[in-house]
This record gives sequence, structure tokens and C-alpha cells, in this order.
Amino acid sequence: MKYAYFPGCSLHSTASEYDLSTKAVCRELGIELEEIPDWNCCGATSGHSLNKEVGIALPLRNLAKAEEMGLDVVTPCAACFNRLKSADDIVKRDPAMLALMAEKYGVNYKGTVNTLSLLSVVYGLGVEAIQSHVKRELAGLKPACYYGCLLLRPPDVADFDDAENPISLDELMGSLGAEAVKWPYKTECCGASLSLSKSEIVVKLTHDILSMAKRSGANCIVTACPLCQGNLDMRQSQVEAKYGEEFGLPIFYFTQLMGAAFGLPDSSLGFNKLMVNPGAVLAAVGSEGK
Amino acid sequence: MQIMTDRLTIPEGRQLADRIGDLSGQKIASCYQCGECTAGCPVAYTADLMPNQVIRMVQLGQDSVLESSMIWLCVGCETCATRCPRSVELSKVMDALRETAVARKSRVREPAILTFHKTFLKSVERMGRTHEVSMLAEYKLRSRDLFSDIFLGMRMFLKGKLALVPKFIKGKDEVGRIIRNE
Repeated sequence: MKYAYFPGCSLHSTASEYDLSTKAVCRELGIELEEIPDWNCCGATSGHSLNKEVGIALPLRNLAKAEEMGLDVVTPCAACFNRLKSADDIVKRDPAMLALMAEKYGVNYKGTVNTLSLLSVVYGLGVEAIQSHVKRELAGLKPACYYGCLLLRPPDVADFDDAENPISLDELMGSLGAEAVKWPYKTECCGASLSLSKSEIVVKLTHDILSMAKRSGANCIVTACPLCQGNLDMRQSQVEAKYGEEFGLPIFYFTQLMGAAFGLPDSSLGFNKLMVNPGAVLAAVGSEGK
Repeated sequence: MQIMTDRLTIPEGRQLADRIGDLSGQKIASCYQCGECTAGCPVAYTADLMPNQVIRMVQLGQDSVLESSMIWLCVGCETCATRCPRSVELSKVMDALRETAVARKSRVREPAILTFHKTFLKSVERMGRTHEVSMLAEYKLRSRDLFSDIFLGMRMFLKGKLALVPKFIKGKDEVGRIIRNE
């Protein structure tokens, strides 16, 4: 199966390990990804926060390009997914808005593309199919599966799993031989884009998530969003210092763990880019993380 | 926490409810103040107004809601929209309040947050994508907050997480026009 691939800005910089591991895992699973040529930023939170029309036009330009490619869109970033899909839903329901996008913003989209999150595509292959690629079970890994916000909310946009008690990542981890812990903060917000402008909020919210994961018996956290991963990983030492608590929880992208279980080389998975060193946790499950 | 009150001005007040209702596409009058949105909001613990108070003020036409902290602290996590028993997407109401506050040049209670959004969109306007290093630099200068996170920034750079060279897409002018053409 082939998709138009929308990496989004983060996957080309702070979340490059997500891009790397996504491509490695998709290659292994036979999912063909063709990057949308000359794609633009989806606008993330800032677009729709300041201007409704700009918040639709920015992602829609990418959907128009995918339409030219004749392919559906898949994206690993939860925010990009939510923006692309939201814009798509709006114009598909509102022909006046679709026309406005063409007339005022020069975005000529006919509304024939489907937009999917990477997690939904991978999960859609089925647990057995995933298991058939596993060379090295991740026994001993106890991830707290952290879904975040925009991957699953609002339900009519995300159209995937459950917004309050999702299980897709948990089942995916199970198919790799890992033991996902039961915990109540699967969909709690990390503070997202407030990381720069109001970092004290992110520190508080990420503290609560890290603390609950630890208390629930997790030895790592697995994510499907660059902002979530970034906040939990990059600010973890700051959180530990502020609250006088120790977490030491590596924050993985689910594609990195899939790659490790599939026996793909570490260099294709970007473990060395993680701030909180995953070495000890990975060594315990037989994969060498640097 | 200061609860903001205002003299009730119902006749003029309809303007705000109508304007926000139109822009957000939401039925503002549907809200019956159950508090579900407030209960699930991740930033409510530190906001000047609770989410349910925000929409109440819109219903009553209290323009001072445009000067609240809450409308800027809202991160768009969509928890409220997911849980509302009246199908009001408060997240979209928050978007409309922000857009209206900027358009009316209302006092912005969280200037750093607006600065961040503007800096972000400036980067997209120039390059078609966000370039984190130049965006970080510009945000730090504009918000006059030069030194916090400097060590984190260095660590990120050493890990190869900050691409130094910005990428200008071929369609950057198209994208620039989209952003300016509001």
C-alpha cells in the first residue's frame, strides 16, 4: 500500500528520530511512503489559534498536493494529522468554504483525499501481521502508552480508537512482546506548544504524567506525537530538579520500539537522539540503545 | 483567582455572542453550564477564568472576556469539545475569542503566548515551514526572554536536534500569501 507522506516540520528537526524510525518500520511492513513534494507547515496550533481561514488553508494546500499525487495522506505527527483532517472535514461539509479556499487562498482542492495518522495505518494491519515481523520480543519493557490529545480528539475528527480509554498503542506494544501498564493518564495533555511561552505549565503537566507513569509501574513511556515526546523527554531533568523526584523514564516513539522488535539496526531508529538515555531499559530487553 | 465582573449590557451584549457564534460556528446559547469542560481542562488550574465562565461571559456579552488569560492559555487539547454534553466545541470558541481579541486590539493578558504564535507564523510566512532555530532566536528576542532554556537549547543542538540551515520551500511565496491574505 502506498501513501502520500506528510512528515511535518518537527520530523525534519527536533523529532527527526520519529521520521527515521517511521521510514524504517514502514519499509519493513511494506508500506510505501512518497513524501509530498514541497509540502508546507500545517499551521499547528498557531494557525487556527489566530485565524480560522489560515488554519484551514495551510493544511489544505498539502491535501491538494496529495490529490495531484492520487494518494491518501499518512502523517506520524498528531498535530499535523489533526490539522489536515480537521481542514478536510470542514471543507467536505462546507462547499462555500471549499470555494473560498480556492478563490481567496489559491488552494484548489477537490476533496478526494483521505487523511490518516500513522498509528491508525499501522494498527490497521492487525496484531498478527505485526507479530509476524517480530524477531526480538521486547520482554521486560513496561511502557506507559501515552496517546496525548490531538491523535484521538475530537472523536469525529480523529475517527480512530477511543478518546477516553484508547487501546491501540497498548495492543501494538503487546504484539511486540512488551507489557503495557494500566494507567489513567493516557490522554492527559502535556502542555503542547506552551513549552516556550509558558514552560512552567509544561513542567507541571509533564511532571504529573511522568509521576503517574512511574507510580503505575512503567519503566518507559511510548508516544505518537513529537510535542508529547519532546516535552516529556527534553524537560524531564528540569522536572526532576524542580520537584526533587527521580524518573529516568526513556520516552520512545512507538516506531522506534517497533523497529527494535523487528531487529532493525539502531542507526535507523535514532535512539541516540533521545535525551533521557534509553540504554539501560533497552539493554534489559536485549536491544542495544546508545 | 480574580473573577471578572462587568456591568450587564444585554442589548449591546448580543453582538459578542453573535460574532463569536458566527466565527466559531458554535451554538453559544446551548451551553447550560454543567462544568464538564472546566473539569477536564489541563490549564484551568492556573487560569483567571474557568472555561465554563468564558462561554458564560460570551453568552452575556461581557467583552472583558477578550482580555482574559484563559483564552490564551488554552492549548487546543480538545478535551472540552470531546466531553461537552451539548456538543459545543469550546476549543473553536476559544479560537474565535483569540482572533477577535487581536482584531479589536484588546489587551492581551498573555503577551508571550501571542508573540509565540506570531513568531511561528512569521517563520511559515517566510519559509513555508517552521525553522526552529531562527524561530527560537526571534521568539527569545521578541519576548525579551533570552536566557531561560539556554542549557536545554545547547543540549538539543549537541544531539543534532536543531537543524541549523533553514529550508525554504519552492512554494514559500504561495504560503506567504496565504498567511497575509486574511
